[in-house]
Amino acid sequence: MTRPVITLLVLLAIAVPLSLLAGRVWIDPFAPLAPSALTILADLRLPRAALALVLGAGLGSAGAAMQGYLRNPLADPGLFGIAPGAALGAVLSFWTGMAAQPWALPVFALIGAAGAMALLALIAGRGGSVTLFTLAGMMIASLAGALMSLAISLSPTPFALSEIVTWLMGALADRSWHEVWIAAPLTLVGIGLLVAAGRALDALTLGEAAARSLGVSPGRLQALMIGGIGLTIGGGVAVAGIIGFVGLMVPHLLRPFTDGRPSRLIVPSALAGALLLLIADCLCRILPLAGGELRLGIALSLLGAPFFLVLLLRMRRELP
Amino acid sequence: MTLAGYDLILAGRLNGVSLALEPGQVIAICGPNGAGKSSLLASLAGLIAPASGAVELEGRPLATLPPRNRARAIGYLPQDGEVAWNLSVETLVGLGRLPWDEGAAADRQAVETALTALDLGGLRGRPLSRLSGGERARALFARVLAGTPRWLLADEPLANLDLAHQQALLAQFRALAGQGLGVVLVLHDLALAMNHADRVIVLEQGAVAADGAPEAALDSATIRRVWNTEARWLGDHGQRALVIGPTSARVP
Repeated sequence: MTRPVITLLVLLAIAVPLSLLAGRVWIDPFAPLAPSALTILADLRLPRAALALVLGAGLGSAGAAMQGYLRNPLADPGLFGIAPGAALGAVLSFWTGMAAQPWALPVFALIGAAGAMALLALIAGRGGSVTLFTLAGMMIASLAGALMSLAISLSPTPFALSEIVTWLMGALADRSWHEVWIAAPLTLVGIGLLVAAGRALDALTLGEAAARSLGVSPGRLQALMIGGIGLTIGGGVAVAGIIGFVGLMVPHLLRPFTDGRPSRLIVPSALAGALLLLIADCLCRILPLAGGELRLGIALSLLGAPFFLVLLLRMRRELP
Repeated sequence: MTLAGYDLILAGRLNGVSLALEPGQVIAICGPNGAGKSSLLASLAGLIAPASGAVELEGRPLATLPPRNRARAIGYLPQDGEVAWNLSVETLVGLGRLPWDEGAAADRQAVETALTALDLGGLRGRPLSRLSGGERARALFARVLAGTPRWLLADEPLANLDLAHQQALLAQFRALAGQGLGVVLVLHDLALAMNHADRVIVLEQGAVAADGAPEAALDSATIRRVWNTEARWLGDHGQRALVIGPTSARVP
């Protein structure tokens, strides 16, 4: 294990118990547990913390793999069109009124993500060209975005409209173990696929031709990326809506602590993503805000935009 | 032990090229822009599948080899020199070990040998962003050497290098050929090909226009026909210089 991995594991070991205590109702770890506190812990905070860890890990590792694949430190997993695809599926479940069923929303979202993945694979073809792949992803993202807007504008009832808009903003509030069981296995398999792509991503550092000369099969790599990103991002959107910027920020912050190879960034990014989402969700919970709590997706975007700006300014300074 | 291409055809780029390359030689591929040099090199490296024809490595069709096995046999140095992340020299050279699964000790040793061969020992920990152009070219070359290939295929490895670095790399190519590697270089500079190659293959519009010892393949008649330029060679074997322009007293 490398130093960043150990450091992050230690930080997680500290942050997870602390996060369980924090919230609208603070739990005193030294006092005997009241039955109500036990309910809050087991049914509200534990699943919520587990979900933050799972989603953060998925977003972080997907971002790291994505930046390695596109050889671009500004790449974000949202570019692939999988998150908008999943969101479109979720929106359709509200639109059709099926979302009243507890299983319908995640299933619709996963079908949306799978549809986007299949479309990506179909358009990008078997050649495994990164350029074609990126363009296909952007095309799918804009198509899904347009269809989503269409669904919203033709929304059958004002109630569905407000449901859709609220859901799209991304949050972990009011989630249960049900959502954890949906997202956790998908995310774990997804991270496994991304880790398996690590060696090929390292070779891709030298460009596509050199990577192939090192024995990389571009088609296999692309399949691993579609599967890995699809499961981590699709699974996450299905249970929590769209949460941006984690996949962009986390690998960026960690890269200086690794030797620069994409394979060495995937697992640390998963851990750091988990940590970031856990802390951010805690802060959302604690912040006193009139009319409810700050939504996680909004909070991270508020955090992410200035981060992106700093990055851009630094790049501008480095450019001749 | 040959690397051979048979009737290679690739729309608009290769127009029926057949050749057999022997290891232990420095082989230069020359030709005007657009003649198909890079396409031929990439085909021989197994990176482009020709529309028809076949590349054979030691008698086996390259297309049937598992990619990892092909990668262990053929090292390919692309022209662009891209490295996406700011790796250290040692990490970059270590990427050359990706096709191998022989354990960390073997990897370390191969990396060490490559670093030593290119005199990069003192720069091992330095990030690429802080290397000069010549150091960077050496590090990229060491990356290929770390893969211990039997064939080294390099696309314009000497472009953008100053004289001293060109000579140092050429000495490396010569030493590798002496160790029995097949060294195939795409070269723009005809004088470098003339003085440092054992064999020169001249391409013109996707076909072989001349092939043989440098003196024969790059004679004035071929240069006039292929490059559409009047030129003649001055000097002695191994130290020839190309003089461009019409001449009254034709030197043989």
